Parts: sequence; C-alpha cells; structure tokens
Amino acid sequence: MRLNPLTRRWRATLSPKGARVGILLVILAYAACNRQVSPHVDEPFPQNLSGWRLFAGKPSELHPNRGVVPYDLNTPLFSDYASKHRFVWMPPGTSAVYHSSDTFEFPVGTIFSKTFAFPVDDGAGKPRRERLIETRLLVHARSGWVGLPYVWNDAETEATLEVAADPTVVEWTHPSGAHYTIHYTVPNTNQCKECHDKSKVMTPLGPKARNLNKDYAYLDGEANQLAYWTKIGYLKGAPSPDQAPKAAVWDDPQSGSLDARASAYLDINCGTCHNPQGSANNTGLYLTTAESDPLRLGVCKVPVSAGQGAGDLRFGIVPGSPETSILVHRMASSAPKVMMPEIGRTVVHEEGVALIAQWVAAMPSTGSCEAPKRALGSGGGR
Amino acid sequence: MRVPGKMIVRSVTLPIVAAGFLVFAGCRARKPAVATDAEFQRKTQEALILAKPGSVIELPAGKWRLDRTLSLSVDRVTVRGAGMDKTILSFQGQQAGASGMLVTASDFTLEDLAIEDTAGDALKVKDATNVTIRRVRTEWTGGPKESNGSYGIYPVTSKNVLVEDSVVIGASDAGIYVGQSSNVVVRRNRVEQNVAGIEIENCHYSDVYENMATKNTGGILVFNLPDLPVKHGQYTRVFSNQVFANNTDNFAPKGNLVAKVPAGTGVMIMATKHIDVFKNTIKDNQTSNVSIVSYLVTDNPIKDPDYDPYTAAIYVHDNDLSGGGTAPSGLAIKALALAVGKPLGDILYDGTVDPNLVMGKHVAEDSRICIQNNGHARFLNFDAAGNFRHTSRDLAPYNCTYPPLEPVALASVVAAGR
Repeated sequence: MRLNPLTRRWRATLSPKGARVGILLVILAYAACNRQVSPHVDEPFPQNLSGWRLFAGKPSELHPNRGVVPYDLNTPLFSDYASKHRFVWMPPGTSAVYHSSDTFEFPVGTIFSKTFAFPVDDGAGKPRRERLIETRLLVHARSGWVGLPYVWNDAETEATLEVAADPTVVEWTHPSGAHYTIHYTVPNTNQCKECHDKSKVMTPLGPKARNLNKDYAYLDGEANQLAYWTKIGYLKGAPSPDQAPKAAVWDDPQSGSLDARASAYLDINCGTCHNPQGSANNTGLYLTTAESDPLRLGVCKVPVSAGQGAGDLRFGIVPGSPETSILVHRMASSAPKVMMPEIGRTVVHEEGVALIAQWVAAMPSTGSCEAPKRALGSGGGR
Repeated sequence: MRVPGKMIVRSVTLPIVAAGFLVFAGCRARKPAVATDAEFQRKTQEALILAKPGSVIELPAGKWRLDRTLSLSVDRVTVRGAGMDKTILSFQGQQAGASGMLVTASDFTLEDLAIEDTAGDALKVKDATNVTIRRVRTEWTGGPKESNGSYGIYPVTSKNVLVEDSVVIGASDAGIYVGQSSNVVVRRNRVEQNVAGIEIENCHYSDVYENMATKNTGGILVFNLPDLPVKHGQYTRVFSNQVFANNTDNFAPKGNLVAKVPAGTGVMIMATKHIDVFKNTIKDNQTSNVSIVSYLVTDNPIKDPDYDPYTAAIYVHDNDLSGGGTAPSGLAIKALALAVGKPLGDILYDGTVDPNLVMGKHVAEDSRICIQNNGHARFLNFDAAGNFRHTSRDLAPYNCTYPPLEPVALASVVAAGR
C-alpha cells in the first residue's frame, strides 16, 4: 500500500528502531487521559488550536489525544502539494451513521482536524522534516458544521484561529526536483463554505465510504478504516469493507482503471462544487463519481459562464483531444481567472493534469463536437 | 452614525465587532490611501465574515488595492462606500480568486462604490434572494481588452434582483449579466465598452428599462441557452432604453458564446419567449438595431434534450429605430449584405420557426413574432434556415399584437407602472 507522510510518521513508532518512541507515546497517551479532548459545540470557539486538546505532547508532532483517530483518503483533494494529516474525534458513546454514497451522518460534537504541511529542505543528509502551516477544524456544532482555520506560528508551538489569514510564503522542492516558492493561501471561513456547502449547508467532504474504504497503519496494527471505525464505535451500519464502495487511488494504476482513477480525482477535486447542490451548480457541469451523463460531465458541452476560463476553446471535453478541452486547460492554469478549482491551490497539479489529459485522450473520439455549419455563426465577431 | 474616513460596522447584535472595527478604523486613518493595503483587505474580509444579520459595513473613501476575492455569506448585510468615484476597490494584479467580490447571502445590498480591474468577474452574487446593487461602478480601466474579466455585475441563480443606477465598463463578456434568476429589474444603468452591455440569460420575469447602452459590441441581449439547470428563460420586458452605436469590435475570448455576437448589435433576442421590446430608442447599431434569432445561428451543437432553440412570442413595437445595419460585421452577415444590399435593416429576423408551432402555413397564434409601429424601421427576414435564399423585407406577416406583460413586482422598487 502507499504510505502518505502521516502513515510514515506513525510507522516509525512501530519499527524496532522506534520501539522506545512507541513506549514513550503510550506513556504520553496515558498522561493525556487526564487531559481529554475539549469539545466545543457553541461559539465562542477556542482562539488556539491547543484549546481543543486534540493533540498531546509537543504540538508540532500532532500526537493524537485519546479518541482522536488518524485517517486517510483513497484520493485526496490537491492542495499545492501540501501533505495532510487527518484526524477525527467523536464524543464518547456517539457514532456516525454509515451512508453508501453521501457523507456519513456525524454526531454533534464531531471534530475533523486536517493539518497542512510542507517539506523543509535542511540540506543533504538531514532527515526530512515538515513545516506545519495550518490546521483546519471542521466541527459539528449545535448550529451545524463550522469551519475553523488555525494558522501555525513559526516555532510550531501553537496555531491560532484566523478567519481571514494573510498568505504565507512557502518554499519546497518537489520529488521531481522542481523548486516551488508559493504564496500559500489559508482559506478564510467563507471560502470553506465555497466547497463545503451543499445546498448552502456546510457538510464534510472527505469522509465518505468510497474514500475511507482503505487500509490504515494504526498503532495497534493495520486495518481497514471502515472496519476500524466500526470496531471502536465511531461508525454504525457499515457493511463489511468488501461490500462498501471503494474509490480508486488516483495515482495507483493497480487500484483501478483509468476511468475509475479519473473519476475519483474529479470527484474530490471538482465534484464538491460541480454537483447539483454545490456552489458551481449553475454551470450544469457535474463532475461527481455519481454522474454518468456525458454532457453533464462536459463532453461536447458548450461553456456558458466560463468567461475567461474558456479562452479560445469551445467545449468542456473534446473526446480524444485534451489540448482543446476546457477542463484540462483550466486545471493546467494558475491564473486566477482561468484556473480550476478557483480556490485551494496556487500551483498546477502536474500529475493530476496528466491523469485527466490521459483520460480525455483515451476517450473514443467521435470526430469533433462541432455541429454542421449554419448561416450566422462563423466569423461572427470582428 | 457615520464618521468620515473611517470604516464602521453598525451592528445591533454584536457591538464587539463594531468596537473591533473602530479600533481598526483608527489604525487605518494613519495610512496613505493609495498603496497596496493588506490591512484594509484583511479587516474588510474579517468584517464580512464576522458581520451579523443587520450589519452595515461602510467602506471609507480612497483607492484601496486588494489582491484577492472579498466574500460574504451572511444574510441581511449592507456594504456601502462613499460613492462610486470615491470608494474604489482596485484589484489590479489580483493574485487569487476568480472574482472581486463574491456574495452568497440573501437580503444583500451593495451601494456607492467601485470595483476595478478584477482578474475575473467584478461582482458575483449567487443563490441569493433579495439583492440590491445600486450606484456601483465596475470597470476595467484599460478599455476593451480580451484580457479583461468576464462579467461586471453578475447575479446568478438568484431571486428578486435589482441592479440600478450603476455603471459597467470594459467586461470581456457581459457588463450586467443576470443568469438563471427570477424577478429581475435592471434599470437606469450605463453600460459601455463591454462585449455585451446587459445580458439577461435563462431568467424568468425581468424588466430592463431606462438603461443607456453604447459602445458595446451588443447593447442588450436576452438569451436562453442550453445545458443549464434553470431552463426555458422567458418573460422579459425591454423598454425605454437608449441603445445606440454599439459598434465596438467583439473582444470576447472565442470560446464564449458572446464571441459570436456581431459588432453593431443593438438588442438581440435569442431562443427565448414572451419578450416585449417597446419605447426604446435604438439607433446607429451598424449590424442591426434589433435582432431576433434562434440558437441555431450559433452553430453550436445542441445536446440538451430539454432545450428549445427557437424564438417565439416576441413583440417589438413603438420603438424609435434608425440608422441600423449600415455597416454589418461578421463574414456571413457581410455576405448577406452583399446579397440584399445595405443598410441591412433596423430589425433582423432569422425566420427560423419551431416546426411544431407551424399550423398549415401559419405560426400558432400565441407564438408569432409581432412587429408593429416602429416608424420607418427597415426590416429583413434573412431566412437563415434557407441559407438566405428567401429573404424578405415584408413586415405584413408580423402585424400582430400581444397583451402587455405584467411589470416585475419587487419590494425594492416602486413599480414603474409602465
């Protein structure tokens, strides 16, 4: 299985070399018992991340407090190549209710925590470490879900709630060797809603059966996440994992066909807004796994309000022709008026673009999307 | 209460927000009003996020430079500047976000400020009920350019929308663009040097009146387009507008539908129904003053099974039309002009009729195109379906009337009574 940086982080404690660290962690975890997670279901919410007591020990290590469970997704949202460390906590005695296609129903008090981090270059031979930038909490308050962005200080000793943070300059080197310097933008709380709103009601996006249905290397051994959540009482009503839907891993050809991987990628990167209840529902372009109508997916679909985003291109997807497909064009741009998604990234996800371009190229080509020529259209403007 | 030069949040429910802002306003006053202003940007965005229903956020006079979208999602908020030439939000060199201001809140009022040089749209309002945009200027200050943002004032999938006394200049798609909305009033605005001055698209019940549209590629467009969730846009009144000399070369990116609008278009009606165009002064639009066409003229494929590309139940009457069609643009239209002679006409009709609406030799009574009482307006049915073979200048088949459409009733508008 693939290991994301978080998994690696926790793997370290299982290796012989990390055994001592593991024992220490157990002690820390025990100590943490006396300082349980501090849930808040009404305003005001803690100004500091530490106020939630999700983590014990050194803040930057993100050691989960009791009941705080790390998790991972089959195919995640791209966020400027940040690595993401995800955790969930639910009030003792409560559980989420399983749903096969939608986000599970989570109890009031549920806390999702997602920390965004970038690798730091300390020079050759130095161990790879990460700099924490922000931790987004998604909290099921009494009034509904609330998004709370906490921004880490430079010393990584604390993160502070900032509803409209300034961009942070982040530099790192991609495994390809490419060096990036970006103005990483922590979304403000309104921008949280842009993606998380479903019919104007804030909703978690990642924790769906298809995306959680994968193995995870927990401290007490590797297990399927759906089965593990069920075992610890966090999930009710789930079928056995082999009966549950499972999204492909976008960059692992072993995990599914090109179609399945492209679908999984579009679902989480685009479908959160581009669905009938999402913030891009006015476009009529729906990019969810559930969508099967080629026109709704953009095949030969004329853009309506794409404006500058369309450039000189005429159709969302031209089968067989990624270079003339608006979908690929917008993913491959980082200009604010062109790029998709509109928020949440500042650089192009080259590997993601390559996947979608490959998918479009492989579509059976029906020639072109053009209709037979009629009277007025050609040469209309100038 | 308003203190000149300061930003104030009036909020009955949360005095602490107001207090925070007074503190900020104090800091703000010490800074010069022209430089890139991260503080103004952050505090304004915070104010929009922390606003409580009923808040009024006042933005002080000054040219404020911002580099990313301002957004609002709290209902019942008013954002007010000191005047459309005094409070200027300049987004020149915008770094992030596809619009200048993005609003997803109901009972929203924006007034007395300007939004300039955004990367994408200037003001987008989505999924809102009761929207008032008043005395707002959106402008791309470098004149018409393909690189300008797409839309100036852009309410979409909204209800009860009023756009009035505003000025929109330089949009590379549509200046005032109301999409997929219902109960819409667009009045007393000035739209210049946009590709489309005003575009009403897939809307239900719209009144467009007393606007001035000039130097656009097309002045006022009423369209119904395919592939959209809100379908069958209809019932629009276009009246008492001044629509003249919309002859600017089309500068839309070619992938946009409006890139197909020929320069020199006054009012264009496409693929929609129940449209009443009256008492307008429409002149000197060099392709035509009024065009009535089906979606088929776009050459775009139609994949939407629910889409009706035909135009029907149009009533064009009592307009003052002159000087249309003297120098048509677009290759096909130029060819047409060669065939039929110039001026092409004040009113162009593509002659395309939904075959299902033809009863024997006549169009069903409730679907006819009616054209009456437009002075000496020159007419041309250019027979698009027949490749210009049976063009006609005979107005007799269009001598019919429709009863007036009901005015759009908006609580925010004292009914014009026309």
